[in-house]
Amino acid sequence: MTDNNHDIEQPEERAPKRVIGTPSPATSTSILGHEEPRKADVVQVPGVTPQDEATARKGERYAALCFLVAFLGGIGFVVSYVVFQVGDIEKTQVSNLALGGTLTLALLGLAAGLTTWVRLVMPKYNLVQERHPMASDTQTRSYVAETFLQGANESGIAKRPLLRRTLLAAAAPLGLAPLVLLRDLGPSHTNFPAKLRHTVWGEKTKDGKPRKLIVEGSGSPIRAADFNSPGGILSVVPEGYEHDLNALAKATLILIKFRPEELKSGTNLNWTHDGIVAYSKICTHVGCPAALYEQTTHHILCPCHQSTFDAADGAKVIFGPAARPLPQLPIAVDSEGYLIATADFPVPVGPSFWERGDAEAEVRENGAQQ
Amino acid sequence: MNRITAGRRHPLARYAVLLLALGLIGGVYTVALSISPSRQADAAIASGRADDVAEGKKLFEQSCSSCHGLNAEGTAQGPTLVGVGAASVDFQVSSGRMPLANPGAQAPRKPPAPWVNEDTVRQLAAYVQSLGGGPAIPTDEQVDAAKGDKSKGGELFRANCIQCHNFVGSGGALTQGKYAPPLHDATERQIYEAMITGPQAMPVFNDSIITPEQKRDMIAYIVGVREEPNPGGAGLGRIGPVTEGLVAWVVGLSLLSLAAIWITAKRRQAK
Repeated sequence: MTDNNHDIEQPEERAPKRVIGTPSPATSTSILGHEEPRKADVVQVPGVTPQDEATARKGERYAALCFLVAFLGGIGFVVSYVVFQVGDIEKTQVSNLALGGTLTLALLGLAAGLTTWVRLVMPKYNLVQERHPMASDTQTRSYVAETFLQGANESGIAKRPLLRRTLLAAAAPLGLAPLVLLRDLGPSHTNFPAKLRHTVWGEKTKDGKPRKLIVEGSGSPIRAADFNSPGGILSVVPEGYEHDLNALAKATLILIKFRPEELKSGTNLNWTHDGIVAYSKICTHVGCPAALYEQTTHHILCPCHQSTFDAADGAKVIFGPAARPLPQLPIAVDSEGYLIATADFPVPVGPSFWERGDAEAEVRENGAQQ
Repeated sequence: MNRITAGRRHPLARYAVLLLALGLIGGVYTVALSISPSRQADAAIASGRADDVAEGKKLFEQSCSSCHGLNAEGTAQGPTLVGVGAASVDFQVSSGRMPLANPGAQAPRKPPAPWVNEDTVRQLAAYVQSLGGGPAIPTDEQVDAAKGDKSKGGELFRANCIQCHNFVGSGGALTQGKYAPPLHDATERQIYEAMITGPQAMPVFNDSIITPEQKRDMIAYIVGVREEPNPGGAGLGRIGPVTEGLVAWVVGLSLLSLAAIWITAKRRQAK
């Protein structure tokens, strides 16, 4: 803006003194650019309008008040920094509040004061800024071109092809490097989509036994006889992979205990044990952990998009965007009474992918009981 | 020995109660011996509080039987209470959920009924326990958060509870208007009882799968996280970036817009 150094305290001065760099109120020439030709149909650009003294005084008081607040805020910041020491969470909380509050007050006061100053104290006028060509003048441009060519000649990059070509050869692999790195973001070509089709439940343990079901969080195996309260639910992970997040992303289960008479035809009873059913925890919509279980309605709800599955009826979809039921895992008990997985999920878990096809239909055709 | 003296105006009431209690003791004893012996029913009797059962039956008939049936056999309005156990009664009544204000799947927490106090809850629980056993009220030792291990409890809580109750127990929505309540007001004992009884839509986590020690760890985590201050000042419901983002966008951007409007507004020029 302009350097507003006229003294607004001067009494009864209707028109303020001419400010350096502003047009005189008598003429309406703009400061920058050329005077616009006046046409009849163009609205006449008004010249400088000085603020009337009453408004200016009011503005001055407001702005001064804001600056005073900013001053106090700044002092307060320094004081807060000294007074409120950080330490435990409560102390740090108070310190943060004091520092942030006082700094806000200081900066906001300054900004509000300046804005009030501009709006209420300074005179008003319209500015017209003419555009000018962006390019530099010819002299400068030719000088730059000369310098450039001189550098090229001195370096010999045009005259010495060996240097030029080896430099290009040096830079090319570096340019290719990001492409190689990006390739890894795609599906791995070696075991895709087998990676999506199978979970670790299908693998045997080192000593050739089927994998036990382990309670997530406590790490203990589950005796079928202990999991005996109807309406019970557990989050379950495979033995040996309790903390392998890559495996758990596909293999985590929810284990639900029913009264045997509650189970409906959609559930494969051969894969249950004494009313205990295991479903994949990975929602078939986009793979959120679907585990909000209501024991009264037997509904499994996925928190992301409200897909609802009927756990008593093979986890079939009863609401929401999921297109397929949560896959059921075949479970049984071993000789010690612990729950084990007898096989992998019959269909791929989680959201759909292109190569998946209609896995459920294939399972049905291959004669698995439904 | 806690002698109950309330509500015995009639001189014959004492004998009636005694007879009833004796009959109940006999009945419960045979049931307890014939079916899997319920240690809790035994305990109730062994503690010499057999009259609790009788008093509890009275209370039950006054306040509960209209929905749960005269013998707690269940009606169209309410489920049977045979086998739900003392823990279930203690949870539902002490948290004000029962007696229910409105029929429905959700039993909201509310101030308990005027007749509810430590003694009446104990009597009612003893009566319901006598009907067919069930989970017993946990001891003070079992629910003492100070004795639990927060980090272990947090791991279990994150695996089995946060899907409904949120990572700091702020609660969350379920299907058809039901919701998992926040855990801010629940006492340590109520948290334990909820796990073993599965109130309303909540699943059951029995003691043989999540051991009492593990439950105590979880209680320690819940109580611990409840006492954590909010570093930002306001917790905004502690449900994560949703509320935080909403406040930032609505309040913050509104303020910025207003400031921009004020700075650039054209004042009416003086004539």
